[in-house]
Amino acid sequence: MTEMLEAFRLVAAPDVLIAIMASAVYGLVVGSLPGLSATMATALLVPVTFYLSPIAAVATIITASAMAIFSGDIPGALMRIPGTPASAAYTDESYAMTRKGQAELALGAGLWFSAIGGIVGTLSLVLMAPLLAEMALSFSTFEYFWLAFLGLMCATLVARSSPIKAIASMLLGLLFACVGMENPGGVPRFTFGIADLLGGIEVIPALVGVFAVSEVMRAMTTPEPPPLPRRRFGSILAGQWGLTKKYQWPMWRGNIIGIIIGVLPGAGADMAAWVSYAMSKRFSKEPEKFGTGHPEGLVEAGASNNASLASGWVPALLFGIPGDTITAIAIGVLYMKGLNPGPTLFTERASSMYALYIIFVLANIIMIPLGIIMIRVASLVLRAPRAAVMPVIVLLCAVGAFATGNNLFSVLLVGMFGIVGFVMERNGYPVAAMVLGIVMGTMVEQSFVTSLIKSDGDVLPFFERPVSSVLAAMAIAALLWPAGVWVARRLRPAEAAR
Amino acid sequence: MNQFTRRGALAAGALAGIAPLARPALGQGRYPARPVQVIVPWGAGGGTDATARIVAALLEKEMGQPFNVVNRTGGSGVVGHAAIAQAAPDGYTIGMLTVEICMMHWQGLTELKRTAYTPLALMNEDPPGVQVNASSPHRDIKSLADAIKASRPGQFKASGTGQGGIWHLALAGWLGAMGLRADHVRWVPSNGAAPAMQDLAAGGLDIVTCSVPEARAIIEAGRARSLAIMAPQRNPQFASVPTLNETLGISYSTGAWRGMAGPLNMPREIAQALTAAMQKVWNSQEFKDFMNARGFGMVWGDAAGLSAHMERTDATLGAAMREAGLARG
Repeated sequence: MTEMLEAFRLVAAPDVLIAIMASAVYGLVVGSLPGLSATMATALLVPVTFYLSPIAAVATIITASAMAIFSGDIPGALMRIPGTPASAAYTDESYAMTRKGQAELALGAGLWFSAIGGIVGTLSLVLMAPLLAEMALSFSTFEYFWLAFLGLMCATLVARSSPIKAIASMLLGLLFACVGMENPGGVPRFTFGIADLLGGIEVIPALVGVFAVSEVMRAMTTPEPPPLPRRRFGSILAGQWGLTKKYQWPMWRGNIIGIIIGVLPGAGADMAAWVSYAMSKRFSKEPEKFGTGHPEGLVEAGASNNASLASGWVPALLFGIPGDTITAIAIGVLYMKGLNPGPTLFTERASSMYALYIIFVLANIIMIPLGIIMIRVASLVLRAPRAAVMPVIVLLCAVGAFATGNNLFSVLLVGMFGIVGFVMERNGYPVAAMVLGIVMGTMVEQSFVTSLIKSDGDVLPFFERPVSSVLAAMAIAALLWPAGVWVARRLRPAEAAR
Repeated sequence: MNQFTRRGALAAGALAGIAPLARPALGQGRYPARPVQVIVPWGAGGGTDATARIVAALLEKEMGQPFNVVNRTGGSGVVGHAAIAQAAPDGYTIGMLTVEICMMHWQGLTELKRTAYTPLALMNEDPPGVQVNASSPHRDIKSLADAIKASRPGQFKASGTGQGGIWHLALAGWLGAMGLRADHVRWVPSNGAAPAMQDLAAGGLDIVTCSVPEARAIIEAGRARSLAIMAPQRNPQFASVPTLNETLGISYSTGAWRGMAGPLNMPREIAQALTAAMQKVWNSQEFKDFMNARGFGMVWGDAAGLSAHMERTDATLGAAMREAGLARG
C-alpha cells in the first residue's frame, strides 16, 4: 500500500505531469500526420529522455505511443489516408462513414474505443502480467508461422472486392516483402545492385505511397466531389455509449485479441487491428454492411490496436523482449534509466511499476479530452478546398518518408508506391491487402524457414507442439471453410430439386 | 613582407604535403566553428543510436558546438556507412562505425571497407556470450563443448542474429577454434538477439551466442544461463561468467564494436582534436554511468587503436566468413 502511495507521488511530480501533457500533444500531432508512425514518434523521443527523470522518460513513451495510435485514425477517417499502419485495416470503413456524414461518430468511435482498449490492456498488464508472459514465452517459430499465416488470411476477409483480387494484392505485397537481404538466408534478393534496397522495403513508405500519394493522384484525375454539407461538427462522444452497448461483445473480443497479439513478441498494433477487423466482419450479424460505413469493425479494431499497445509491455518489462517495435525502443530507455526489465522490477521497484500502471491509465483518460480537441481542429480539413489540402499531403508524405531514415530513397519509394496504389485502385485491387502482405511477409518467411531449419526439414513439428496444433487447426479450418460453404451450397439446391 | 612570409610558409607546407589538409582548419580558426553532424548507420532507438547520442551530447559539452546525430538507415547499414565515407573531410561530418564495416565487403554487399575512413576512436566492444536454456543439462561451458564435439553435425541449433551476422561468425569462429567445422552447430537465423533469446526460453534452440547484455533480462528472469564469454577477460558487469580461455584454454575472442570515424583525409589537427575530446568523453563519469546502465562493454582505443582493431577484426571475420562459406570472391 505504501508502494501505491509512493507511485502516486512519483506520477504527481510536476516534471512527470508536464512530460505526460507535452508528449500527449506531440503524439497526437505526429500520429495524425501521414507518414509519421507511432514507432517514429517513440524513436524521436529517445534523445529527449536523456534529460528526464526515469518515470518522466517512460511516461513520455507510454503517452506518445498511445496518442499516436489513436490519432492515426483521424486522417484515415477524414481523408482516407491512415496516419499509422495500425489504422490501415479500417481506413476505408471510417472514410465511408465520413462520406455518409457520420465523421464525428467514426472519429468518436476511434477515440472512445481506443481509450477503452488502452485501459483494458493496462488492466491485463496489471493483473495477468506473469501469466501472459508465460504464454509469450511458449511461442516458438512454429506457432509464429501459423499466426502469421492466419494474419495473411485476413486479406480476403477485410477486402470488399472479389477474394481473388484480394489474394492477388496480398501476394504482390509478399513479393515486395522478398526484397532485400533481411531474409533467413541473409542473401540480397531483387536488389538490382542498389545498396538502398538491401534493407528491404519498409512498411511506412509503402503505406504512405499506396494510400496518401495515390489518393492525391486520384484527386487530380477526378472532378471535385460534391462538398460535404457545411455544418457544425456534432458531439463526438454522443453516440459512443450507444455503440458500446450495442457492440459490447465485439468490443470485448477486440480487447482480448489485442491483448493476446500485443503480448506476442514481433506482432504489434497493426496486426491486432487487421485480425480484429477481420474477426468482426466474420462473426458479425450483418457482414454485408462492412465497408459501407458501418461502425462495428471500428469498435472492435479500434479497441484492439490500443489494447495491444499496453500488453506489448508485458514481455518487455518481464524479460526485456520487445512485444512490438515501440517497446523495442522503450526497453533501451528502461535500461538507461536504471529500470532494468526483469522480475525484480516487479518486486524491488514495485513503486516504479505501479507508477507505470498509473501513467498508462492516465494517458488513456486524458486521451479523450485532448483527442476531442484534436478531432475538432483536424475536421477543418474537410472544409478546406482540395487544391489547398492535396499539396500539403504530398509535402507531408515526402517529409515523413525522408524522416524515417534521412534517406532520399524512401521518398522515391513513396512515389513509386503511389503509382502502384493508383493503378491497383483503378482496377479494383484492394491496396490494404497489399500492405498486409508487406507487413506479414517477413514474419511468414522467417518463421517458416527457421522452423524447418530447426526441425531438419521435418514438417511434423508444425503440428506436434500443443499450441501449434491448435493454431494449425484454426488456419486449416479457415482455409477450408469457404470451400465447405461452396460445396454445401451446391448440394442443397440439388436436394431441394429432388 | 608579412604577406610574403605567409606565402612562403604555405609553399613550404605544400612541399611537406600537409597544406591541402591544413588549409580548412587555418581558414576557419578554431575547430569546431559550427555544428558537427554525427551520422549513425542504424535506426533511432537502438543500442548504436543511444551510444552515439550520449557521445554526441558529451562531445558538445567538451567542444562547445552542437553535435547533431543523424540516423542514415537503409541497406542493412551500407547506406549510412557510405554516407560517412563520402562526406566532405572537413571535420564537420563524422559518424559511428560498427563491426559491420569489417563484414559487409566480404559478403560482396559493398566495396566499402575500413580503409575509407579516418579512424578517430574506439568507444565500445561487446563480446559474444554462450547462453543456454535454464533447464539445459549443461551447467558449464566444458560440458557443452564436450557435448557439441560428440554430437553429429547439425544436431545442435544456435541463433542470435541473421545469417552471416556478427554472432553467427562468433559461433563459427569458436567452433573453428575447437577444431570443428563452422557449420557443425546449425545456425538458425533470427531478427536479432531478443527473438533468439525468446526462442531459447521457448525451447526452440540449444544455444544463443549474442552478447551478455542483450541476454541479461532473460538470464535475470531465471530462464537462461550464460556459460562463457568470448573475450580476453571477464566483464566486471557480469563477473560470474568466465571466459573461454580460462575454461577451455581457447584464446578465441571477438565482439561487436562501435567506433567514431570521419571520411578519409580529414585534417590531422581536427582528427587529433576530436580524438582528444572523445578520450575525455570516454573517461567521463556520465559516459561510464550510461554504458554501465546499458551493460555495454567499455573498450577504449585512440585513432591508431581503432585502426589496428579494425584491421584485426577485418582479418578474423574474413577468415570466419570464408570458413562458414559466407564470403564472396
